[in-house]
Formats: sequence, structure tokens, C-alpha cells
Amino acid sequence: MLMLEKRPQPSKTWTLAAPILAVILTMICGGLLFAALGKAPLETIRTIFLDPLFSEFAWFYRPQLLIKGAPLALIAIGLSFGFRAGIWNIGAEGQYIVGAICGAAVGLAVYPTESIFIFPLMVIAGVLGGMLWALIPGILKVKFDTNEILVSLMLVYVAEQLLASMALSTLRNPEGMGFPGSRNLAKYDSASSWISENAGMHWGVVAAFIAVIFAYVTLSRHQFGFNVRLAGQSPRAARFAGVNPKLLVLVCMGISGGLAGAAGLFEVAGPAGQISIDFNVGYGFTAIIVAFLGRLHPIGILLAAGLMALTYIGGEIAQSNLGLPGAAIQLMQGMLLFFLLMVDVLTNYRVRFGKGATT
Amino acid sequence: MTMKTILAGATLAASLSTTAFADDPTKVGFIYVGPVGDGGWTYEHNQGRLAVEEEFGEAVETVFVESVPEGADAERVMQQMALGGADLIFTTSFGYMDPTINVAEKFPDVMFEHATGYKQADNVSVYSARFYEGRAVQGHIAGQMTESNVIGYIGSFPIPEVIRGINAAYIQAKAVNPDVEFKIVWAYTWFDPAKEAEAASVLIEQGADVILQHTDSTAPQAAAQAAGNVVTFGQASDMAEFGPFPRVSSIIDNWGPYYIARTQAVIDGTWESTNTWDGIGAGMVGIGEISDAVPADVKASAEALRDSLASGEYHAFTGPLNKQDGSAWLADGETADDGTLAGMSFYVEGLTGDIPQ
Repeated sequence: MLMLEKRPQPSKTWTLAAPILAVILTMICGGLLFAALGKAPLETIRTIFLDPLFSEFAWFYRPQLLIKGAPLALIAIGLSFGFRAGIWNIGAEGQYIVGAICGAAVGLAVYPTESIFIFPLMVIAGVLGGMLWALIPGILKVKFDTNEILVSLMLVYVAEQLLASMALSTLRNPEGMGFPGSRNLAKYDSASSWISENAGMHWGVVAAFIAVIFAYVTLSRHQFGFNVRLAGQSPRAARFAGVNPKLLVLVCMGISGGLAGAAGLFEVAGPAGQISIDFNVGYGFTAIIVAFLGRLHPIGILLAAGLMALTYIGGEIAQSNLGLPGAAIQLMQGMLLFFLLMVDVLTNYRVRFGKGATT
Repeated sequence: MTMKTILAGATLAASLSTTAFADDPTKVGFIYVGPVGDGGWTYEHNQGRLAVEEEFGEAVETVFVESVPEGADAERVMQQMALGGADLIFTTSFGYMDPTINVAEKFPDVMFEHATGYKQADNVSVYSARFYEGRAVQGHIAGQMTESNVIGYIGSFPIPEVIRGINAAYIQAKAVNPDVEFKIVWAYTWFDPAKEAEAASVLIEQGADVILQHTDSTAPQAAAQAAGNVVTFGQASDMAEFGPFPRVSSIIDNWGPYYIARTQAVIDGTWESTNTWDGIGAGMVGIGEISDAVPADVKASAEALRDSLASGEYHAFTGPLNKQDGSAWLADGETADDGTLAGMSFYVEGLTGDIPQ
């Protein structure tokens, strides 16, 4: 007989082993799925997980991993603060959009002036935009006890409408012959977030690494990090320890919104280049998976963002080289989260076999 | 070493290997904005790809990536295809315009074909279809099929392409039924079955008994079928499974012949950057069979309209026409020039409501 026994403390070993086991299980089940689709399973898995790193064209794919991974890491780091404290900001996608709009608006407003102050101002506008958008559900929660999951999620759809409207009117390229979409910021030197396009380096990548270090120090060495962890583990104890729960909600929403907004700004001023109707491609939602896959730990998030980026880029290679359907890649990414949650049981519970199991 | 020289090296190596194996098939890549099973826009581009495969057999190898978001991801997928040895790449959505130009700059030996855009380069052609000719035929039928005199129109985005379609349909509907009124709902999506179904329901509730759609899913067809007495038209693909009623006809995108011709040009080495805008006459726009739910005389006159558009005898935008604000646009007998049509951002006289800004 199989029994689950709750561990007094989450297992340290399994905390680290669970994501690795989840990846291995995903590879096995993904392989079975690919075999069922009539593709060579090993070759497909190699294409997805290894080709971006070690194939003939790896010199092109490696920088792409940075481009794809940076916004995921940046947003996930922000989310991890709230998630640790039990504050669920699900609307990072909307904050990412609003950050991009606000930041791009600053750049477009001064076009074509060249000045070194333009880009920093855009970054500030992007951060503030994302932060304010995230503070809407934060303030509503603090003042009226609304559910931040619902409000932040619904605001994503509001942000999408705002984005469409901006791309069609206010921020539309006046030289675009009536077509939607703004000017290309990546081609406007003072506003471009690129450091080196060939190396895949833009300021968003730099910001993601800084955020990782900052989060690591804050969570492990600073009083605020302690408060966040305490609030998540035991809200009652946190109150006794003098943590103001309302302030914590606002700060956590502000951090996650600000970083999501920054990610949006770096993306619109670099890889995406312009505000367009379909500017957002789901980084805000994927970052939730990344945050959990990385165990809400800064280093873990960095690795998880890299892994997610790998499946995106490898998935595209598999589509075009092996004719794998796009949905199969999405299915595999879904499996990854599914297996992680499944294996997570082992972190908090011990499995016992046979009659000898204590109850 | 700069990106350009690395890439030049890579393409050089690729072209050397091509000469080494002269029998190497020509590789043609396709980038799709939706899934190949969307039943509309992407489905028809994929049919075009299959037509290329069938035409050339072993001589051509095709590859595709579906559901590619417009923007940075599109750029990466195009580069990856070019690195993978593609000789010709079709990028089949408007939003791929800037990425196509960027990637084409880095791969001067790869030919690109961008659908529905306006930016050309030495190795970038643009192509689109005069869908508005099909809209004119739809408007002609719709104006006579409606009993409530309210025609619902599901717009995707207020861009020239869509506005042109609305105008073309309205002009013909008005010509056969002076009392006709258009209600327009903007869905802000090309493909979202849930939103499209909702838009259709809203229009039906407002009294529309004909629904025209400029979105790609079959959801509006299903909504009309559920309502029972609402006429629809297939969009992008025939959507024949909803015929003979509610779907009474359709606009079919027929990319196959163009894709075959362009592939042939690459094989022959005669490929040049071109700007193609073909309509019913060239076969790029097809009018799906007009079903028996349409009275015989209406069907006959619709087919006559289709044929005169095909032969060029009649233009879908022929004066006298005024703009919505009443100002004169085209004099009697005058036809619209392609430049105005390409950037169309105004309604014709009689349409109500504003184009969202």
C-alpha cells in the first residue's frame, strides 16, 4: 500500500530534485508524444533541448536565448516576492503592456531628438507605468478587500484594449500610411535598448541579471525579505512580528508591476521595436510558470527562464526542421508545469510503501 | 567579426554546398500567424504550400512554422529558416513586415515574399489579393437577402484592408437596396472563436439577419446557424460545411498559383522583387459557390458582377461616390486608384459610425 506522510519540514533534497525530475519526466512523456506523432523521439528531444546550444547554428541561437529569457526572468523575479508572501499578481502581462506603452510614449514624444537622457527617462516611465497598473488591484485589495487574482487578471484584458487603441491612434506611426503600429524605436538611437544586437545583449538582459542579484540579497540578507517569507508561511506570526500586511501587499504589487513594466519597455525598445496591436506574446503568463519552476528562488528563476527560452527556440527549430506541430510544443511546456506540481508532492510529503507504514 | 560577415560566410558555405549537390531540392519556407487548422487565413496559405509540394514533388522541399507571434519571435523564426537553407520564404501576415525587411537585409541571397504589406527590397516582394472585389459580390447578395435591412459586419482591425472591404460591400448592398444599413463591430482580432461568436450574437440581437465577417474562424457561422434565419458568407476559406444555409457563398483566398509561380521563378533564377495585387481575374480571389438558398435571379446577377469584376470591365469603386462626410471623392464614371485604396482610411457616404481612432 502506498501512503503519503506529511513531512514536518519541506525536504531540502526534493526542493532541488523536483524541478530536475520534472524536466526528465517531461522529456520522457514528450518523447512518447513525439513518437505517437510519428517523429523520432530522441532526435526531437535533442533538437528542442540541445540544438539551440550545440548545433551548427548555435552561434545564432545562444544570443536568442538571452533575448527570449530576459523578460521571463525579470517578470518572474518580481512575481516571486508576492508569491512568497501569498500575494497573487496574475496580471503581469497587463503591467508589461502598460509599461511598454508608457515607456514608448516618452520616446515617441521626443522623436527625433537625440540625447542620452531619453532612454533612462523611458525606463523610468516604463517602470512607473507597470507599477501603477499593478497598484490598482493592490489598492483595491487593501481598501476594499477585493481579490487581487481576479482584478489583476481582468486588467490584462483592459491593457490589451488600451494597446490596440494606442497602436491605432495616439502612438501610430504618422509615416505608416494609415497602418497600425508605432515608429520603430529600435531604429531610433537614443531610444533603443540594444547594447549589441549580435550578442543578444540589450538593457533588459542586464536588468534581469541585476534583478536576480538584488532579489537574492534582499531575500536572504534583508529584513524585508524576512518579512515577505514570514508573511507567506505564517500571516499571524508576521503580524506579531510587526509586519504591516497592507503595506506588504502594496510593496509586493509595486515591485512585480514595476519589473514587468520595465520588461515591457526593454522589449518594445529593442527586440519588438514597435508598439503594435499584438505586441504582447504572453511573457507575463509564462513568467508565472518560470517563477514556480524556479522555486521562487532568484537563481532557480534564472535557470528556469533559460530552460523556458530553450523550449521556445528549440520548439521552433523542431517545427521547421522536423515538421512538428506548434501545439505539440505548447503541450510539452504545459507538461513541464504539470509534472513539477506533481513531483512537488514529494517535497512536502514522504511516500511509504507496505503495511509497515505508520498512520 | 560582424553579424553580416558571419552570415555572409554561412550563406556562402550554404551556397557552396548547394553547388556541390546540384540535385538539392529548392527549399521553400512559410511562416504562419495562426494554426494551420484555423479553417481560414492560415489554412489557405497552407493549402498554397501543399499545392507547391504537389506541383514540384521531389524538386522542392517545404517547411513551415505555425502560430508565430508578430514581432521579435517572427524575426528569429525567419532567420532560423534562412540559416536552415531556405531559398524562398513566404511571410504570411501583415505584422511580419518589419521583421521580414530586417532579416532580408542580413540574407541577400534568400528571397522573401511578404503578404499584405507595402515595404519592398531587392530580395523582398509584396503580394496581396483584391479581396474587396469579393466583398462587392457579397454586398450585392447581402443587400437582397436581408429582410430586416440590417447587415452586421464583424471587423477585425480598423486598417485600410478591412475598411476597403466594408466600403466595397456597402456600395453594392446600397445599390440593390437603398434602405440597407450596416452595423459594424470591431473584434480586434484576426482569429478568436469566442470573441467572434460574441460579436455575431450582438449583431444578431441588434436585428442583423446577414453577417459579413473579416475574421477567420467559423464561429460566426455557427452562431448564425444557431439563430436559424441569419445569412453568412465564408471568409478566407469556403467554409462549405455551413452551406447551403447559413453560408450562401464565400470569398476564397487562392494562393497556390502564386506560390507555384514564385517558386518556379526561384528555380529558374528569374525571381525579381515585385508588387502583386491580384483579384478575381487572376484567380487569387475566388467566389465560393452561391448556394440554392439564394434566389436564382440574385445568383445570376451576382455571377454577372463577379465576371465583370474579373474581366476588369467594372471596378468595385466606380463614381459617383462621396466620402462619409459628404465631400466628393470620385466623379461619375471615375474609378479609385490603387494608392488611395491601399491607404483607405475613410467610410463612403451612407455608412454610419466612426472608424475607431
